[in-house]
Amino acid sequence: MAAETADVLRPKRPPPWNDPKVRGIVYQVLFVGIVVALGWFLVQNTLTNLQRQNIASGFGFLHREAAFSIGEALIPYSPADTYFRAFLVGLTNTLYVAALGIVFATILGTVMGLARLSSNWLIRKLAQVYVETFRNIPLLLQLFFWWGLLRGSAPAPRQAWQPLPDVFVSNRGVVFPVPEASPAYAWMFLAFALGAVASWAIWQWARARQARTGRQFPSGWVGLGLIVGLPLLVFLGFGAPLKMDVPELRGFNFSGGTAFSPEFAALLLGLVVYSGSFIAEIVRAGILAVSWGQSEAAMALGLSNGQRMRLVVLPQALRVIVPPMTSQYLGITKNSSLAVAIGYPDLVSIANTTMNQTGQAIEGISMIMAVYLAISLLISLFMNLYNRAVALVER
Amino acid sequence: MVDIAEELPLVPERPPPRTHGVVAWLKANLFNSVFNTILTLLALYFLAMAIPAAIRWAFVDAIWSAPNGQACHGDGACWAFVGEKLRFILFGRFPYAEQWRPLVVVLLFIGMIVTSCDHRMWGPRLALVWVGGLAIVGVLMWGGILGLSYVDTMLWSGLPLTLILASVGMAFAFPLGVMLALGRRSKLPAVRAICVAYIELIRGVPLITVLFMASVMLPLFLPSGMTIDKLLRAQVAIILFTAAYLAEVVRGGLQAIPKGQIEAADALGLGYWQRTRLIVLPQALAMVIPPLVNSFISTFKDTSLVIIIGLFDLLGTVNGALTDSAWQGFSAEAYIFAAAIYFCFCFFMSRYSQMLEREFNRGRAR
Repeated sequence: MAAETADVLRPKRPPPWNDPKVRGIVYQVLFVGIVVALGWFLVQNTLTNLQRQNIASGFGFLHREAAFSIGEALIPYSPADTYFRAFLVGLTNTLYVAALGIVFATILGTVMGLARLSSNWLIRKLAQVYVETFRNIPLLLQLFFWWGLLRGSAPAPRQAWQPLPDVFVSNRGVVFPVPEASPAYAWMFLAFALGAVASWAIWQWARARQARTGRQFPSGWVGLGLIVGLPLLVFLGFGAPLKMDVPELRGFNFSGGTAFSPEFAALLLGLVVYSGSFIAEIVRAGILAVSWGQSEAAMALGLSNGQRMRLVVLPQALRVIVPPMTSQYLGITKNSSLAVAIGYPDLVSIANTTMNQTGQAIEGISMIMAVYLAISLLISLFMNLYNRAVALVER
Repeated sequence: MVDIAEELPLVPERPPPRTHGVVAWLKANLFNSVFNTILTLLALYFLAMAIPAAIRWAFVDAIWSAPNGQACHGDGACWAFVGEKLRFILFGRFPYAEQWRPLVVVLLFIGMIVTSCDHRMWGPRLALVWVGGLAIVGVLMWGGILGLSYVDTMLWSGLPLTLILASVGMAFAFPLGVMLALGRRSKLPAVRAICVAYIELIRGVPLITVLFMASVMLPLFLPSGMTIDKLLRAQVAIILFTAAYLAEVVRGGLQAIPKGQIEAADALGLGYWQRTRLIVLPQALAMVIPPLVNSFISTFKDTSLVIIIGLFDLLGTVNGALTDSAWQGFSAEAYIFAAAIYFCFCFFMSRYSQMLEREFNRGRAR
């Protein structure tokens, strides 16, 4: 009798078709099976198709001669080089335009985001018009617009527009002066690096001393003096070799200075203006996310405006800003692939030429994807590290 | 008794600063500090330079009608070019005599988008509206029945193509995105791993590569003899791409559901699918409507990339119009016109999404 009751009370094992564990395993096996079968089906089809079309798969083609020329290359390249070299040219071009784009878009976006919060009505409205306009027009359309403006509507070099002294905009691109090479610059860079390291050390020491004794040290001013002053001293020590390499009209084109091709200029401008409008909104949202009470508390503690911004508002705003900013940076890198539409030789553009010449579509596309995935992972890794540095430290 | 008031030197008391009126507004909003005054003056200078020049270019000196491109080159814009090419830009290579069909399609889409903005329509009824609407769109574009002549998809172009790619892309990507988001939150490790891999893979690469893959690699993937139309390939690429982004949006909503809701559903004895369908999704999806509208805006803008694989959407027809040798050098006018169309759609939707966000936050804001 008692044994029977215990038997009834003891929970019965459900039948296997009702056991969540068994069901889970069955579902997963089914799901993986379907995915694998689909993959197998696609791979089989691809192999048959490739065999039928006599396309040899594999990455052997990378060692063959590319035999096409590339308009702009940061590393030495000639059509006699291999496809692999051409890929490297494309990769460096992509990284170059993405890096410049990220820097300038961050500057423009931050300025515009702050302008949208300005107490000045006119500035606020101008920034709003900028953000709303460029956010709502496709990037590709903007690229075509700038490119058409530079290629088609801009004058020939003889009648070039001159928005700033010695900066020329013509249908050959944008030409601007750069300082002429001089040994002084290498030493100045060294002095700058030295100053930066020294001021970092001083800052650390000042912080430790303030924590210990409460006495402050003007580490900001000293650091600024070191970082600006040391290179300046070196510069003067070399006799101030300030000779600019100014572009000059010679014949039908400019010589001297540094030039951005119309394609590069249009791509960079488009990326910066488009992404800047998104970054402006991110910055604005980040600063608005810090409640006004924080600022009031800072003022009650007697912090100056700069200290309030630096010590109280920004550290909290960055926490909100960093994650969406990461995806914007990734977006700039990925959007630089639109270069293929206006003929700037970025990675996708060169891979496209290669695929057309060799027919190695699968290899080409998988190489592009691998590169972008690697870049995405690297950027998110760095931004995650940075995010961890600014994130809220919770107990 | 000394009158204190007479002892003290009389300081004439200044009236308090004005808080109303134009002068006070200017002082408070434009000239409230030295820095702001400088900024205001700079901005005014910029506007004084830019606005008259822009108005002169776009209106005063503009040429509104011209027989050909040569006669249209002046100091101002050549809007005659846009007038001449208007039907090509909007409807592209669709047979000229049949272009009322894409026109109706565009109006239908605008009607459906406006209908979707109405709260009272949200729910199964809206899905019905879209299914019915898309069916009518299909009949009008393809033809071949009801006395309409058949039009090949390669001739579909212009604004209707942009709207179709974006709307169909969103409509099919949405269920896929929900499934991916649920998969990513699943307790089954294999399902979760595959969903995470898919989402991160697609989000890590540019849309162009997915479009290339669809246009170049998809034919290799299929058994020989089986071909898919180019438009459908681009559409599949857009769906697969959008789904990964939607999955992340939906995941945001899923993560915001309090655990108690799920426990309550379990306590009621609901199974996984019942719980998801009746308790989790209705709350999660309602929460993410504003970001979903934003996703729709980016999909709408992203469809312009299909010109890279040779389809003629709105941007493609603009580029096509620019190749006419009789009308050379009017790219600025053409792109500004196309930009205005894109802007109207995107600006309207982003305003709508901001309004929704405010409305949704009303309950939470103090």
